[in-house]
Amino acid sequence: MLHERWELSGSVALRPEPFGALAYDFDSRRLTFLKSPGLVRVVRALGDGGDVHDALIAGGVPQEQWPRYLEALTRLAEHHMLRPAGVAA
Amino acid sequence: MTMVEPRLVERFEQGLDAPICLTWELTYACNLACVHCLSSSGRRDPRELSTQECMALIDEFKRMQIFYVNIGGGEPTVRPDFWELVDYAVDNYVGVKFSTNGFRITKERAERLASTDYLDVQISLDGATAEVNDAVRGAGTYDRALRALGYLADAGMKDTKISVVCTRENIPQLDEFKAIADRYNAQLRLTRLRPAGRGADTWGELHPLPDQQRQLYDWLVAHGEGVLTGDSFFHLSAYGEALPGLNLCGAGRVVCLIDPVGDVYACPFAIHDRFRAGNVREAGFAPVWRESELFTELRSPQSGGACTHCSAYDSCRGGCMAAKFFTGLPLDGPDPECVKGNGAVPASVRPQPSQDHSHRGPVRNQPVPLTLQTRRPERACDENPLAGLRG
Ligand code: SF4
Ligand code: SF4
Repeated sequence: MLHERWELSGSVALRPEPFGALAYDFDSRRLTFLKSPGLVRVVRALGDGGDVHDALIAGGVPQEQWPRYLEALTRLAEHHMLRPAGVAA
Repeated sequence: MTMVEPRLVERFEQGLDAPICLTWELTYACNLACVHCLSSSGRRDPRELSTQECMALIDEFKRMQIFYVNIGGGEPTVRPDFWELVDYAVDNYVGVKFSTNGFRITKERAERLASTDYLDVQISLDGATAEVNDAVRGAGTYDRALRALGYLADAGMKDTKISVVCTRENIPQLDEFKAIADRYNAQLRLTRLRPAGRGADTWGELHPLPDQQRQLYDWLVAHGEGVLTGDSFFHLSAYGEALPGLNLCGAGRVVCLIDPVGDVYACPFAIHDRFRAGNVREAGFAPVWRESELFTELRSPQSGGACTHCSAYDSCRGGCMAAKFFTGLPLDGPDPECVKGNGAVPASVRPQPSQDHSHRGPVRNQPVPLTLQTRRPERACDENPLAGLRG
């Protein structure tokens, strides 16, 4: 996933919260928690056109934590909260 | 994501910028008279929020990014502007899940509902047979609920919820409820009977017996996430494996209620002055949610009282605040339905209700309880504070 480009799905909205953010998918009505502000920064940075690697750097995530972030991002992708970037909305 | 961060549940206990599970009761008016109605509904309150006020509130929900609201009542469809408000909400990306007894769901209406995005419908059914259902909800209510389910299924509505309040009478029917849900392509949603509203008068006779609680727990474990519970049975987690959900009392932290006159309460099952945080007519909803004294209190660290030493405290967390309050138990002790038997309900110290909207005279379809001795009849709602959440 590290060198792939992903972005937030068009049907998903983020709501900032003290612990991170709530992500709500209006299509599936599914609510997911982004459990850290770091993860929220990375997810938002995904929209900037780079790949996941760029987003982790933009989000200021120390390299030793990347595996956990990749795990979290993979889970979001599995739940269709993220979609491959550049694919038609 | 790192070990030092508190568990999500603990963050939730400190409250969020906006609720996750907001219930909005649009009216206290109801065409039925169920015996366990949590909001003692029946008569319309003349101070009800106007259409304009409701729309302004929806605008505020949108600004606060409240993604969906659970609309109930009373029977919300008796408000003449109900469909207009639903359309206004979904057009503004505030999804709507509404509870109804189904009387006003016509074939045409079902077709419109099926073609509307961001809309979920929940039909209340409290017995898998007319005999059990109608004793609580009123004559003919079983047939009308099933008729509505049929219209919705025929219209292609997916995942209509069948909302069941679990009672002593219907717990033996769990498999039959599941079969009804499957028949209508619907999803079963089981919720806990709380001693709120008229439910306080009937709870003693209707709440599940201890062995039924066990039966319910085993059934829920066996059916997993296929059956929704709105996290209402977390007190049963004390039997062993935790049930899916957040397993905490969300009142004032992730859950709240706005009532028909704009009063904000900590939870739909806590309509009482003790749990009234403010009114949206003063300065809107956000200040009440974020700054009211009551909600600040509920978000501060709570003592587990007599539960602290219980081995099950981590998953059960002392159970439901509203159930304790309305049965006269201390809020920081065991739930009246504590599965370890620690929640003995005191004989006669139930708090006085602070409001009652029950019909004063007889009502069409009035329930004729088979065994119940109740004050007055009414309708039941089944809002589930934490519906659909995963921890
Ligand atoms: S546990 Fe009881 S008081 Fe708390 S949110 Fe749930 S229903 Fe309301
Ligand atoms: S004593 Fe308290 S924590 Fe233990 S099972 Fe009973 S209600 Fe739950």
